[in-house]
Amino acid sequence: MVARSLVRHAILQFRPEKARPKENLARLGEHLQALRPHTPEVVVLPEAALTGYFLQGGVRELALTRHELLELLSQVHKEVGWEGLLDVVVGFYERDEGAYYNSAAYLELPHRVVHVHRKVFLPTYGVFDEERYLARGRRVEAFNTRFGRVAILICEDFWHSITSAIAALDGAEVIYVPAASPARGFQGERPENVERWRTLARAVAAEHGLYVVLSSLVGFEGGKGMSGGSLVVGPEGRLLAEAPLFEEAALIVDLDRERIPPVRYDSPLLSDLEAALPLLLPDLERVLGREGR
Amino acid sequence: MRLLYAPRIQESLELNWPLVADFLTRFLREELSWRGYEKAIVAVSGGVDSATTLALAVRALGASRVQALFLPHRDSSPLSREHAHLVAETFGVDLEEVDITPMVEGYAAMTPDLTPHRKGNLMARARMMVLFDKSQAYHALPLGTGNKTERLFGYFTWHGDDAPPVNPLGDLYKTQVWGLARYLGVPQAVVEKVPTADLIPGQTDEGDLGVRYLRADVILEHYLKGYPDAYIEALGYAPEEIQRVKERVNRTHWKRALPTVALLSSTALGEFYLRPLDYRP
Repeated sequence: MVARSLVRHAILQFRPEKARPKENLARLGEHLQALRPHTPEVVVLPEAALTGYFLQGGVRELALTRHELLELLSQVHKEVGWEGLLDVVVGFYERDEGAYYNSAAYLELPHRVVHVHRKVFLPTYGVFDEERYLARGRRVEAFNTRFGRVAILICEDFWHSITSAIAALDGAEVIYVPAASPARGFQGERPENVERWRTLARAVAAEHGLYVVLSSLVGFEGGKGMSGGSLVVGPEGRLLAEAPLFEEAALIVDLDRERIPPVRYDSPLLSDLEAALPLLLPDLERVLGREGR
Repeated sequence: MRLLYAPRIQESLELNWPLVADFLTRFLREELSWRGYEKAIVAVSGGVDSATTLALAVRALGASRVQALFLPHRDSSPLSREHAHLVAETFGVDLEEVDITPMVEGYAAMTPDLTPHRKGNLMARARMMVLFDKSQAYHALPLGTGNKTERLFGYFTWHGDDAPPVNPLGDLYKTQVWGLARYLGVPQAVVEKVPTADLIPGQTDEGDLGVRYLRADVILEHYLKGYPDAYIEALGYAPEEIQRVKERVNRTHWKRALPTVALLSSTALGEFYLRPLDYRP
């Protein structure tokens, strides 16, 4: 199947009720109803969208298997009466056997789980304590959807340039980034973390000639205000849409895959990386201490 | 050839006040909402912290959903009453006055060895008794007004002024509260007066603490961020001043925590069994 060029996305900057997935699914249904006239084909939700981010030991009580997640969201899809398929990217706490992960799924509702990414970089510093409660994912990979090849990176995953480089080399044309980012640093026009997200998203999109779609949680969790500021950046590094801070909103953006080849032709950094990275692998091995150290 | 020197980057306590005010307004709205409250109650002392808290509450909820309380003792400065009323009028909030003198003096009469310091603590706790009772009467959530400097110094009455469950100012140093207060339109007389707990006649904060807020806050910010003493000294602060600030912080960590519980099991609350305070499945 040849993937279509224009794909309509709704980036849903969501404010969950803490630890109440049932209420949050009901509210998600209301938001989908409101979005339906705008005919999105992919809806992108933030990290930990169904429960809130800071759960501490509550992760164990609220984590879902990927199949339970599919079942719950397919039920919402049905209750809303959505006609046809709807792709959803959603962050959730995942349970698999005895282990728990901070994951994000790409679902094709109502039928299938297309991919699940498990967060590799678990922030455990300052206000964050993920590694105390969660196991680390071990893979970054692109995957095929009915709209083309994409990848998911969760929050801090995206703050390390190596992950988006892997996703781009693996063929991703869109990187979805579900995030939860407590606002901090109030000296400037926007909170420091929000500035950082904008800078990073633009740099990554321009470096690899792909789309970056950030869906960022909002709402206060015990005094920590999730900042929002979800955004979409085009393959030339241009900010295409940006949500307000601190409040629920949805961005409707048509992602045009046809824009990628001309941008990559003008700025062939990705093919340069593909060619030169093997030359650098011995140095990567060396600095990781695997040989000659 | 032009030579361009880059300015030295320094820690700054100056914040984007409109952004801070917007953030704290949303904070108050959301923290009240999930607790099931539509109204807030603020004990105003006539000082800048409670005035700023009241101003934020009015922004968040509207003046009709904010109740101010003024809780004087007969030893309180007359200026405190004047300023408490000025603040309530400025922000259009109803103010109820409850004299705590009979409560405090009732106990004082039974306690001949009561020192001014102990009596000051008694006043702070009496005020909390009234604030929490009035909270029930008005079905309004009590807001805390303590700033980051006094929290770090332990310059408050334990289970007194630190008792309210929601506090918008606790991560702002005193000098930052002044900046926010000016932005929010707190009357100049309140912002610019000498800070005092007004528990003992003639008392001032800076007299009690032995350091000016303007200096203490810069030292605190650098100390908390991990700068070594030599770095702070190079900014123009005396070694004794830095030590005094650090000692105050390190003598009072217990005061910023819940009571110590002996740990015996692997389900000890807050040690093994960990849930965030807003966890409510």
